[in-house]
Amino acid sequence: MNPSAPAAMHEQTIAQLSAGLAAGQFSSAELTRAFLERIERSNPQLNAFITITAASALAQAQAADVRRRQGQAGPLTGIPIAHKDIFCTHGVRTSCGSRMLDRFIAPYDATVVERLNTAGAVMLGKTNMDEFAMGSSNETSFYGPVRNPWDLNAVPGGSSGGSAAAVAARLAPGATGTDTGGSIRQPAALCGITGIKPTYGRVSRWGMIAYASSLDQGGPMARTAEDCALLLATMAGFDPRDSTCVDRPVPDYVAGLNQPLAGLKIGLPKEYFGEGLDSAVAQVVEAAMAEYRTLGAETVEISLPNSQLAIPAYYVVAPAECSSNLARFDGVRYGHRCENPKDLLDLYTRSRAEGFGAEVQRRILVGAFALSAGYYDAYYLKAQQIRRLISNDFHRAFEQVDVIAGPTSPTVAFNLGEKVDDPITMYLSDIYTIAVNLAGLPGLSLPAGFVGQRPVGLQLIGNYFAEERLLNVAHRYQQATNWHQRTPAAFA
Amino acid sequence: MSLGVAEVAKIAHLARLAIRTEDAPAYARNLSAILELVEQMNAVDTTGVAPMAHPLDMAQRLRPDEVAEPNQRERFQSIAPRVEAGLYLVPKVIE
Amino acid sequence: MEWETVIGLEIHAQLATKSKIFSAAATAYGAEPNTQACAIDLGMPGVLPVLNREAVRMAAMLGLAIGAQIARRSVFARKNYFYPDLPKGYQISQYELPVVEKGELIIDLEDGSSKVIGITRAHLEEDAGKSLHEDFHGQSGIDLNRAGTPLLEIVSEPDLRSAKEAVAYMKKLHQMVVYLGICDGNMQEGSFRCDANVSVRPKNQSQFGTRAEIKNLNSFRFVERAIEFEIERQIDLIESGGKVVQETRLYDPDKGETRPMRSKEEANDYRYFPDPDLLPLIVDEAFIETVRASLPELPDVKKQRFMTQYGLSSYDAGVLTASRPLSDYYEAVVAALGGEPKLCANWVMGDFSAFLNKDGKDIADSPVNAAQLAGLLRRIQDRTISGKIAKDVFEALWVGEGDTDAIIEKRGLRQITDTSAIEKVIDDVIAASPEQLAQYRAGKDKLFGFFVGQVMKLSKGKANPQQVNELLIEKLKG
Repeated sequence: MNPSAPAAMHEQTIAQLSAGLAAGQFSSAELTRAFLERIERSNPQLNAFITITAASALAQAQAADVRRRQGQAGPLTGIPIAHKDIFCTHGVRTSCGSRMLDRFIAPYDATVVERLNTAGAVMLGKTNMDEFAMGSSNETSFYGPVRNPWDLNAVPGGSSGGSAAAVAARLAPGATGTDTGGSIRQPAALCGITGIKPTYGRVSRWGMIAYASSLDQGGPMARTAEDCALLLATMAGFDPRDSTCVDRPVPDYVAGLNQPLAGLKIGLPKEYFGEGLDSAVAQVVEAAMAEYRTLGAETVEISLPNSQLAIPAYYVVAPAECSSNLARFDGVRYGHRCENPKDLLDLYTRSRAEGFGAEVQRRILVGAFALSAGYYDAYYLKAQQIRRLISNDFHRAFEQVDVIAGPTSPTVAFNLGEKVDDPITMYLSDIYTIAVNLAGLPGLSLPAGFVGQRPVGLQLIGNYFAEERLLNVAHRYQQATNWHQRTPAAFA
Repeated sequence: MSLGVAEVAKIAHLARLAIRTEDAPAYARNLSAILELVEQMNAVDTTGVAPMAHPLDMAQRLRPDEVAEPNQRERFQSIAPRVEAGLYLVPKVIE
Repeated sequence: MEWETVIGLEIHAQLATKSKIFSAAATAYGAEPNTQACAIDLGMPGVLPVLNREAVRMAAMLGLAIGAQIARRSVFARKNYFYPDLPKGYQISQYELPVVEKGELIIDLEDGSSKVIGITRAHLEEDAGKSLHEDFHGQSGIDLNRAGTPLLEIVSEPDLRSAKEAVAYMKKLHQMVVYLGICDGNMQEGSFRCDANVSVRPKNQSQFGTRAEIKNLNSFRFVERAIEFEIERQIDLIESGGKVVQETRLYDPDKGETRPMRSKEEANDYRYFPDPDLLPLIVDEAFIETVRASLPELPDVKKQRFMTQYGLSSYDAGVLTASRPLSDYYEAVVAALGGEPKLCANWVMGDFSAFLNKDGKDIADSPVNAAQLAGLLRRIQDRTISGKIAKDVFEALWVGEGDTDAIIEKRGLRQITDTSAIEKVIDDVIAASPEQLAQYRAGKDKLFGFFVGQVMKLSKGKANPQQVNELLIEKLKG
């Protein structure tokens, strides 16, 4: 690429595109068309989108251009984005990656979608995902796996794999995701992009199809922390329709990005650097810490003693909630219904068995078991107690440090099919992300290097409602490094 | 805890999932492995630890008693598998 | 063997909120199917519940009215089971930590004694929809308008010992929720319905017998009959060597019997757990005090007051305080008349209630308001008309013939109080009845009534009865 020529539109960040739109360098219609063309060209390879909404995208883009001419544009007006197919979109299929909802046209918008629409963002389409957000590789989708733009044989991570791959392959400058046990951070890490899971309650869950309600949280995925800040500023905020959404002002995330890091105390949990962590990934994380020290931060070892219990507790809490959350899919009011049910029981059992894939059924069964008579105390209640212990570990840690850092995932992206038949091994790829959901804390993943061709993600964990600080810490790193600017060669 | 095929069938019924006989052993195997994983929790004594159901220590917010939902039956039933006379149809319910 | 019956009731009272417990859809009864079922009520993907403040307030009202504890912290849980009228596959209810605990209600028994019935708990939950069993090509139709309607489930201790006690308790609770204005009490529409847990045990045995639960009883009469049948059935079963099984049964009012409910035969495992979409419900002292201040005078207190303030009998006070509109009406009549509480009570309980009953009208729709009734009673009080004539005037008032004085004038009903005029009538009667006079004077006292009747007849009922009595006694002495 000629360094003096202006970067192609798809190569720019949301912040840059926003400036370009404001300066009249291009229109939203042109920008949207450019991304739609890239999607059309690359999606057959990547399978990042389940639904492409070209016509409505162009209409939204034109409306955004009109709004801009009227002087009413905000930073996201006219910016094309993609929505994870877990967010309900009025009049557009919302499948949640499942056969169950293959023909479900949502009759309303999720709050996140509504807020981004109101800001003038343009929806390019709905991205692929693990079925009902249950998976870490995007292989449980009814619509087939997504491929990792850095290596088409590798998984993109999950469950927000489609969003991560779309942003990494420059098919969209930003996307929404959801994170129940790492579903924003782990695919962001595996695809070399930036993603933040906000504090539980920061972003409304209304219209976001529930997997595990006490853990689910929506958040942005983009190339940079700055872009995540722009998106989160619009996505976050109080929503009276969600009882668990916090009524608390949303800070100006963008304004806070440039705070210096001098005096920042970063805690490195020793449990995140032990057995199970790929040594090459460890080296990348250590190099990132060295960089932070040059930026003025101090790194200290800390301990989160109950870390090893996060996965066991999660695989009780999440399935328990999901077994109940997914009971509404019964073939009566919407969604898949089996052919010629012979009676009511047949309608239920066959519609659900046909509509849900194997991993979803496994988790429903585990959850139903953990809540059933005679097992509740030993499993569900025990997990809730462990959850408290894990949360207390973080409370104590944040008395000592400002931010916790470590690897997002123990390895780089694994190969398609590698773990698909072994649920337990698959579950372990979320070992560093899950505790954050159990505690309800914000967590961010940003690109910090590569092992071979595959990106490595650095995870930053903040105290409750410390999104501003996390974005700032990530942004300063991105000002000093260029890992986040790398583009997969095949999609440059 | 190890689950057998019969136990899987019982849970599957509770969850209203039709599991084919030939798939039951695989489910039993996977579920047993998952339970074995989660039973690592037993290594920790949690006596006296308050269970945590929500990440945030907040109280339920209350809504004013106002009617604000218009009738949207047409829209909602346009995506329903079977409706007649405004009703959702299901195989006969026996009480 | 002598048997003792043990009954506990679970009563579901639909709370009289405008909108549903977790959504802003209307709760009005009788709408076209599924027109009041919003996305939340339908359990659409991604929707979330938000709790209705008014439902909480109403639950607290009942709690305070039955002297119960209002939990400062209570928790909503999910009760998981599949049923077509349960859209989410779970019902949001309260399980381990209900909002109201440990109250009591005093019921009056037929022998005049009273009995304290413990109330274990009352908790908030959402109602389910309805399955309509009319045939749609062999299918059932589901109407979810009722789904999400707020319910207060009020659970009694197993303190009731007969069908009659159960009915007395249910009536008392019905009166209470209607008094409080938290339930419309309409049993035909299902606003107040009852599940009865019934068991029998040999008299003097402390251990409870195995119970059967009779579901969905929606009238006092059905409760009584269903429980009586069930007691009979269980005793017969045990005495013939059988065993009662714990099960859910339905009452068939046509056959007058209970039968097992087929759909709920299998053992239920509801897998309750705290609803992660809802946070703990916290109520503070200020909230409770506000609710307490808003409580109306409760039926038992009002009854006592009626007895002391108006000098009414326990029975009369009980009848007049049975409902708030009736007691309000009565008090309005007394106030308008400025006294004579017993006269007012007789009229409100007598002709007034009889006419309402006959026309099937509520007090709110009564053609005779409290001021009008007081106006009529004033004419009895000032002797313009007699009590008997007043009945005719009341009927005329009821059908709208105008006000009391106009009716009295138009019909010429003014009472004769002029002594000489009455004496003249008496003289005429005595003159026309020499035989009866002779017999009376010979000691046949009973004939006094005959003379009163003749005087009243001749005066067309207008002679003042008291004066007639007094004057007749003198005249008949001769």
